[in-house]
Amino acid sequence: MSNLKNDIGRDKVVQIINSVIEKVEAAEDVSRENIYLELKALHNLIEETRKEISASRASDVSGTHIPDATDELDAVVEATEVATGTIMDSCDALTAYADKLGAEHKDYLLGEVTKILEACSFQDITGQRITKVVRSIKQIDEKVSNLMAVLEDKIPGLPNSALVDTREGDAKLLNGPQMADKAVSQSDIDKLLADLF
Amino acid sequence: MTVDKNMNVLIVDDYKTMLRIIGNLLKQLGFSNVDEATDGSMALQKFKEKTYGLVISDWNMEPMSGLDLLKAVRVLPTNGNVPFIMITAESKTENVIAAKQAGVSNYIVKPFNAETLKAKMSSVLGDF
Repeated sequence: MSNLKNDIGRDKVVQIINSVIEKVEAAEDVSRENIYLELKALHNLIEETRKEISASRASDVSGTHIPDATDELDAVVEATEVATGTIMDSCDALTAYADKLGAEHKDYLLGEVTKILEACSFQDITGQRITKVVRSIKQIDEKVSNLMAVLEDKIPGLPNSALVDTREGDAKLLNGPQMADKAVSQSDIDKLLADLF
Repeated sequence: MTVDKNMNVLIVDDYKTMLRIIGNLLKQLGFSNVDEATDGSMALQKFKEKTYGLVISDWNMEPMSGLDLLKAVRVLPTNGNVPFIMITAESKTENVIAAKQAGVSNYIVKPFNAETLKAKMSSVLGDF
């Protein structure tokens, strides 16, 4: 779809340039006003393309969305690792406790602990999958950054769009779990509530 | 063949959770002399200090992968023929072939259970 649009845009530019060249070559038959109008059309087309690139917010993808997404995924890996560690601490405690039980109860308990340990390997698998996704996202980030560098060079004055949150009402308040370094602690919230009421 | 459960076992994985899981499962199977390493180079260092009766290693590690570790172990002047089980999420045919060519003793695909671990250990060490 966008390739088709690009082809149409490129054809239009080529068409206008050819038209200008023809008119300049036959200068005696063409007024300066006609050439000006052709060049103006070319200028408008370039401006339109520039606006479209700007609207695509490619710089936001690289500057904000991708770092945020990879941070969130890293946080998932970290959180599941911590939770798995806690589960396994309990398994260790149960295994130690099993020694105090009779053979039948001990075997049963150790059997169930083994099943929990086996299930805990999910953390390794999900961690590897998420790491793979993060690597792919970072590759996309690199390509978008390279593309933006080329475009900014070719199209001087390309506006540097900032991320604007267009959400309103309750939707604007829903941002999911906060990253550890940005999160407000329970004690901060308690203090805030105490100050408010 | 009697399996000496007091043998030194080396487990290698860059995920501490997996080291702990495999370590606990080995303990439940009666193996108590278990050492841990978080990548291939650390594992090779351990070989300078001890003789191992079994190595259980992950594949996907940095800077030295499990496959590179396997190749390095197989050319060690002593202990080079130690049974080596690869436990990995890499399950493509080419991975298994490469591991086999490098001299792997057995191959376990993650996720795995205690029964599979015991079965593969038995196949390389003998029944226990």
